[in-house]
Amino acid sequence: MSAVNQSQGSPAPGAVQRRTLSVLVEDVPGVLSKVSGLFSRRAFNIHSLAVGPSEIEGLSRITVVVDADAELLEQITKQLNKLINVIKIIELAPANSVQRDHLLIKVKADSPTRLQVTQAVDLFRAKIVDVSVDSLTIEATGAPDKLNALLEVLEPYGVREIVRSGTLAISRGSKSMTDRALR
Amino acid sequence: MLTTTTTDARLYGPGRTVAPEEVTGSQAIIRSLEELGITDVFGIPGGAILPTYDPLMDSSTINHVLVRHEQGGGHAAQGYAMVTGEVGVCFATSGPGATNLVTPLADANMDSVPMVAITGQVNAQVIGTDAFQEADIVGIATPVTKHAFLVTDADDIPQIMAEAFHLASSGRPGPVLVDITKSAQTAKTTFSWPPKLELNGYKPVTRGHAKQVREAAKLIQDSRRPVFYIGGGMIKAEAAEEFRELAETVGAPVVNTLMARGAFPDSHELNVGMPGMHGTVSAVAALQKSDLLITLGARFDDRVTGQLDSFAPEAKVIHADVDPAEISKNRLADVPIVGSLKEIVPELKTAYEDVVAKEGEPDLNAWWRQLSRIRDTYPLGWTPPEDGNIAPQQVIQKIGEAAGPEAVYVAGVGQHQMWAAQFIDYERPRQWLNSGGLGTMGYSVPAAMGAAAGNPGRTVWAIDGDGCFQMTNQELATCAINNIPIKVAVINNSSLGMVRQWQTLFYESRYSNTDLNTALNPDGDEVVRIPDFVKLAESYGCVGLRCEREEDLDDVIAQAMAINDRPVVVDFVVSRDSMVWPMVPAGVSNSDIQVARNMTPDFDEEE
Repeated sequence: MSAVNQSQGSPAPGAVQRRTLSVLVEDVPGVLSKVSGLFSRRAFNIHSLAVGPSEIEGLSRITVVVDADAELLEQITKQLNKLINVIKIIELAPANSVQRDHLLIKVKADSPTRLQVTQAVDLFRAKIVDVSVDSLTIEATGAPDKLNALLEVLEPYGVREIVRSGTLAISRGSKSMTDRALR
Repeated sequence: MLTTTTTDARLYGPGRTVAPEEVTGSQAIIRSLEELGITDVFGIPGGAILPTYDPLMDSSTINHVLVRHEQGGGHAAQGYAMVTGEVGVCFATSGPGATNLVTPLADANMDSVPMVAITGQVNAQVIGTDAFQEADIVGIATPVTKHAFLVTDADDIPQIMAEAFHLASSGRPGPVLVDITKSAQTAKTTFSWPPKLELNGYKPVTRGHAKQVREAAKLIQDSRRPVFYIGGGMIKAEAAEEFRELAETVGAPVVNTLMARGAFPDSHELNVGMPGMHGTVSAVAALQKSDLLITLGARFDDRVTGQLDSFAPEAKVIHADVDPAEISKNRLADVPIVGSLKEIVPELKTAYEDVVAKEGEPDLNAWWRQLSRIRDTYPLGWTPPEDGNIAPQQVIQKIGEAAGPEAVYVAGVGQHQMWAAQFIDYERPRQWLNSGGLGTMGYSVPAAMGAAAGNPGRTVWAIDGDGCFQMTNQELATCAINNIPIKVAVINNSSLGMVRQWQTLFYESRYSNTDLNTALNPDGDEVVRIPDFVKLAESYGCVGLRCEREEDLDDVIAQAMAINDRPVVVDFVVSRDSMVWPMVPAGVSNSDIQVARNMTPDFDEEE
């Protein structure tokens, strides 16, 4: 009964963990509300959700991060599979996938602190994308943990605004989840 | 672009071929229904569905029943589907017409009833502008349907109609909404048949995994206290005959849930009754003391399991269901089998026979001794009411005896529903209809109407309560005008009986807002009939009868049975102090089932 194609390196089955599902859906009106509505009405907790087109026209890919143990994850997957517009679901374990968030952050930075903020940005291989007299806007891409660390470092300077995408994830290696999706 | 199509999908209907013809979207809807083999539709027109009602008038094969409320149309489609096994169809207009269908859609979703609701929607250009009678019915209905389509292009109509019927009728059946804009209905298009289905995300499993079936057979052979726990899926899969053979081969006790009444004959010696909150002691004991639940098409509903942690504590679980999401949802399955019971049940029988040929038959004698003792000690029954009024249970039992197993019984929700489940003998699938999952008061009369339309030859009894009856009784007009001679037994205790029972048991007999004044005033000392159900029946063109004395019961039921040219409503005035027993109070372990107030049997006690 493996509704999820679990890759090696998955978390221990009993533990509640942050888990990432990649969901291939038909790109039709209302599909996002069908997916998000399922989560809310069955009281499944979404940590983040990101949606965009896939490499196949007519198919979108939703990356959804949930907090669940193995049993709940199986139930989430089965319920998602019941949606007619859902084509395929895989779990992407951290060890076998690349997982990235995108972050835009506006930090207070005047002449005494600007240099320190700039150094922190460099250390994290982030980029400054906008400058004003008393602030810097920074763009960063990375694993969720890395971005959290960056936020922690910038916090003391005064964070004015944060915009953060949900996690995007893709499996390592040459295979694509759409390879066999339409058979 | 998506290039693949679902080629293995069985197209609903007789499978004729139609060469392209120029039509309007509305004509395409009616032509699709004709090619899908639809003969009966329940509905009521309004602005946004008006274009489709015009070609409907010309259809020689589709009979449209004009209902008085969209909810009635929806429940009628359910009743029709439940007795025929075919997809029930209803029509409604946009906005309020569509929102009135939400309850039947949710009901059908809970009870896996195949139905398609077709609603008109405002013109595509004005969607989102809060146009007159606009409601986002696809958004509203999505959580309570198997699927919901919005059609804005007339060219898509045949394909989406075919997909809707395929979805509704295959896999785990359920309700599908097709919301079609008025602009799509009036546009020109081309109609041809059959269309290609494109349901890439829909691949229901029908064939059970052979290894799992063998594994299940081994568990059954190894069990000493097995029990078949069968649900409504057995009826939906049309597998009752196959199941009877399996049950007789294994010789294990059978419990059938509220939704499975009739899936296995009540008269069969292996039947130990209905489990659950108001089930028989023997059925509840069979689950609680079992070492193996052979679960077929049931879903471990909380009304069956009681407190989940203490449900069937010693049992391993085999769980076969066509919906993989039901497996291990509430109770972890040791052997899950996904597929259609129509295929799994006979395969399980063969696999079991193979195991028995090698390992020998299990000895179930001790198990049967225990269950037989419980079955004999705690039969269903009732105590005569102290107020001298008729016992409601007796009314229902007598109706069942008079009409027999070839009749159809359709209950509302509440005490009368439980008594109808307990005191009528069910011998065949599709003999019993009720709102099991959603518990919709008002289901009975319109569902009975749909059942009678689907099974024209059969006697159909709506077993209703005085509360439920007042929610949807306007469909009596539909029945009277369309020659649908249903019989309605209003089990009139002048109150919301089940709620009152809970107030008696759990709220110190404080009767907050449960008196309905349909027979007696709240003090019980004065006759008040608001409304008078006999006069109400007569004003709707039905025969109205009343029975208030036990000695008149047989005669009044015989009178009702003798009328076949009109609907009959019988106002059975009964005691309001009668309660449904046995009972497992909500959230309590099944092992604490009470046969009467504060009386819990001991399953293990020796003679």
